[in-house]
Formats: sequence, C-alpha cells, structure tokens
Amino acid sequence: MAGPGGDMQWCFSQVKGAIDDDVAEADIISTVEFNHTGELLATGDKGGRVVIFQQEIENKNQPQFRSEYNVYSTFQSHEPEFDYLKSLEIEEKINKIRWLPQKNAAQFLLSTNDKTIKLWKISERDKRPEGYNLKEEDGRYKDPNTITSLRVPVLKPMDLMVEASPRRVFANAHTYHINSVSVNSDNETYLSADDLRINLWHLEITDRSFNIVDIKPANMEELTEVITAAEFHPHQCNTFVYSSSKGTIRLCDMRVSALCDKHSKLFEEPEDPSNRSFFSEIISSISDVKFSHNGRYMMTRDYLSVKIWDLNMENRPVETYQVHEYLRSKLCSLYENDCIFDKFECCWNGNDSVVMTGSYNNFFRMFDRGHRRDVTLEASRENSKPMQVLKPRKVCTGGKRKKDEISVDSLDFNKKILHTAWHPQDNIIAVATTNNLYIFQDKVN
Amino acid sequence: MSGDNEETQTAEETPVEEKEVQEKTISPEKAEEAKLKARYPNLGNKPGGSDLLRKRLQKGQKYFDSGDYNMAKAKIKNKQLPTAAPEKTEITGDHIPTPQDLPQRKPSLVASKLAG
Repeated sequence: MAGPGGDMQWCFSQVKGAIDDDVAEADIISTVEFNHTGELLATGDKGGRVVIFQQEIENKNQPQFRSEYNVYSTFQSHEPEFDYLKSLEIEEKINKIRWLPQKNAAQFLLSTNDKTIKLWKISERDKRPEGYNLKEEDGRYKDPNTITSLRVPVLKPMDLMVEASPRRVFANAHTYHINSVSVNSDNETYLSADDLRINLWHLEITDRSFNIVDIKPANMEELTEVITAAEFHPHQCNTFVYSSSKGTIRLCDMRVSALCDKHSKLFEEPEDPSNRSFFSEIISSISDVKFSHNGRYMMTRDYLSVKIWDLNMENRPVETYQVHEYLRSKLCSLYENDCIFDKFECCWNGNDSVVMTGSYNNFFRMFDRGHRRDVTLEASRENSKPMQVLKPRKVCTGGKRKKDEISVDSLDFNKKILHTAWHPQDNIIAVATTNNLYIFQDKVN
Repeated sequence: MSGDNEETQTAEETPVEEKEVQEKTISPEKAEEAKLKARYPNLGNKPGGSDLLRKRLQKGQKYFDSGDYNMAKAKIKNKQLPTAAPEKTEITGDHIPTPQDLPQRKPSLVASKLAG
C-alpha cells in the first residue's frame, strides 16, 4: 500500500496486556483513544479502569526511530453501581474516552460508562517543597519552642509522579445507556448521547445539561430506531451528527432551534426493496460515525462495510468499502451467536487518506482512499518480534484455499477487533484485541 | 447497492454444477434468512423492531420480588432446582438468583494488566 515516500509497511512495535488465553472480564478493552498530539494513548476496560500510555521518543534523528509507549498513569474511573429505584445494574465498563485539547500543563479527558461522565485531570508533579519551618522532612510536627530561626522552603526535584483526579462528575442526565461523548470545537461544551437522547453540557457545570435531541416516542411500542453514535463537527461548533440503528445519519445545526429533533440533513442510502431480508436492518445499523479531520467528510461503519459520506451529498455515500463481505453468507450463524450485533469502530489517519476498522480473527482492515487499495492485517502474538513486518492476510471464500489463506469457517469469531485508533499525525496505530493492546508503526515513519 | 455487490461476487464464482448455478440466483442474504426461519419457525417478522430494541434498552434490568426470592430460597433448601421461566423480556419469578448465585459486584481492585 503506497503512502507518501514509498510503500507503507506496517511493523509490530509493542503489545500490552496479559499473554494467557484465560481472559478476565474486567480486562476486556472497551475503548482506545490518542490525545490531540498523539503523545498520550488512553485505554478503558470493562472493569472501569483507564490506562494511559505516553510516547517516549528515543532518537528522532535516526531514520528508523522507534517510539515506545509506556505506562504513564492508571486509575479506576468508574465503579459498578446499582440503581435501586429502577432495579438497574450499572456496569463500570468505560464506553468512551475523549481527550480535551491541552490548555495548560495538565491533561484532561472525559470518560463515561452507561450513566455517568467524568472529567479527569492528569497532572505531573516533579518538584516538592523542602525545608518547612514547622514540619520535619517526614511530616512530623516540630515543637514550636525548638524553632530558633526562619527559612523559606525550597522546591527540590523529585521522581515524577502522575496524579489523576476526578474534577467533574456529570451524572443523572441519562435514562438510557450512553454510547458516545464528543467534545465541541469551542472547548467549552460537549455532548453525550444515549439510545434515545442527546444532551449538551458545559464542561464547568455538572448540575445542568440541555437536551438537544429526543427521539423517544410517546408510546414505547412504536419504537423503531435508536441512536447509536454521535459526534460534533471538528470545526463548526454548531454542527453535530448522530447515527441510528436503521442506517441513517442526521446532521443537526444547533442554531436552528434549541431542540434539534428536526435534522438539517439526512444521510441515507436508498435500498433496493427486492434485496430486503430479515437481516437487512440489523446489518445496516451504524455502529460508529467519525468526521474526517478536515471536516468535509464523515465515515460510518455498519456490520459489513465502511462508508464515506460527503457532507454535501445526502442521498448516497461517495465511497463504500467492504470489510468482510464473505460474512454475508454466514448471517444465520452470526445472528444465533449474537456476533451480528458486534459494534465495530472505525478511524481516519491524520490526513484523511486512509481509513481503518477491525474485523474477526484479530484481523483489521485499512482502505487507502487515494490509491484504491486495501489490506488485511492481523494482530497476533505470533507476529510480535520487534519491528517485524506484518504480512497481509487473505480470507478464502470458496473453492481451493491457497497456502497462507484462511477459510471463512476457520475464522475465530471470539477474536474481535472492535476498537482501533490512529495517531493524529504519524503512521502509528493502536489496535485492541479482546484484552491486549497492539501498537504498530510504519517502517519508514 | 448490496445487489450490485452480490452480482459482482457471483460473477467471480466458477460454476461447477447446475445446482450451484441455481443457487446463484438467490442472494446469500436471503438464503441465510431461509435457514434462520427453518430453524426458528416462530420468529417474528420485525427483526429490527420494538422487541429487539426494547431488549437493548432494558439491558441491566434486574427485578426483585421478595416473595419470589423467598420462594426460590425455600426451593433450594428442599434441594429442588427452580424451573425455567417462559421466554419473556422481563426476568422475574424463579429466575431470581439467591445470594449465593449473585456475581460479586465489586470494583476491580486489581490494576489493569495493560499497566503491568
């Protein structure tokens, strides 16, 4: 796959997590996100924990420099709860993490579970005051009668300590399960979306939020679709989109009215009614929507494909990429084992030329929009020698299976890559398998 | 859109037997649907409709009835297994777990293995 400066070759860089196959539920990775500079990489898991990795740049002057991500901070973001009033068990699983752009020395991120969003401050402490007048170095208080002179405490360097503290807790605003949070380009507000409603918050205010979308029908028997994802436009602070379980995307303009129930644009691809089957609606459900960095396009992921939409064209996508079309003839089994409901995410590279999404058998796919080329790669411990180049994988759909190909029936549907992230500038990607985080980078970075 | 893809797909397949040629005319999706309906004849015709969505919205719902709870507790004391409740969206009756069956809802005190 060609990129600027020659062919892109993806190499193994690092893998994080336990090696053993016996996966504890708490260790299942549920979200992965780079910050705006790519220096920090955050993961959230089913156990409510957040782990943040920091990039250590070894030697940028060398042509083939290896940037390693090492643990920077880890904390328990959410804990399991039980809502006694509604008899509802609230999972601690982190559904989404979104970084705020950096404003000062500290870093901020929003992390959310099904019901509560939290703003976490991650700050560094590398100095501490020494030479107090009233305290000994170990903290014990001195007897004031023994003090004969005064001194000014001095700041002395200490081993770096990274502290995470919850600065805001945004609770009690969602009846249904939160699937998305998105920080606005105004750096003051953000939205949170659940199955039926979207709320607008101010980052400083926790006791109030504005409802901007409400698709709950008066009679729940008439419920036909739910909100699956939502995102603010990267530059226009008045614009956001939300996707539905019926495969539609609505673009809303907050300047039009306080309640954005009426969309400004409706993106929907017409379907041939003769092709309609029992599975049509289920596989058309959009599991992720992401604006391109330049704000001109958006990408959606449904069960079998990735679609690129031009914001100026509502009636069909401009590009469609098949992720694993060979699964179309396996839909019956995939419905029975619930895999048909798996929610895959997708992401853009820094200059919007390549998109990436996950699949089964720990495969993930990249689509080069410009060169019209795609590749299937695998995240596996078998290909985890330092700087080992990843070999493209191929799934055999029928007939004679060539050497190195894998047949559809041999695919492991328990090994799903749902979460992937691309460094905002460089060709470094983070790919999450069930409980491991793989970091790959382009050989000629 | 999906129709176009299926056409290009079937065009690549090499026809071997006449039976295969006949199967080409039925889309793989419809063939899968027929398979599913054969296995579950009672399946409703509203796959993405209210039932599925309501089940999604009710995720996490755990009802408790003290009468059912005590009945279930008494049943286990008599070494009787609680009978399975009929297929319903709400879980009540004998499905209520006794304290011994409840999974421990404690937060993860262990650090994430990604950080280890």
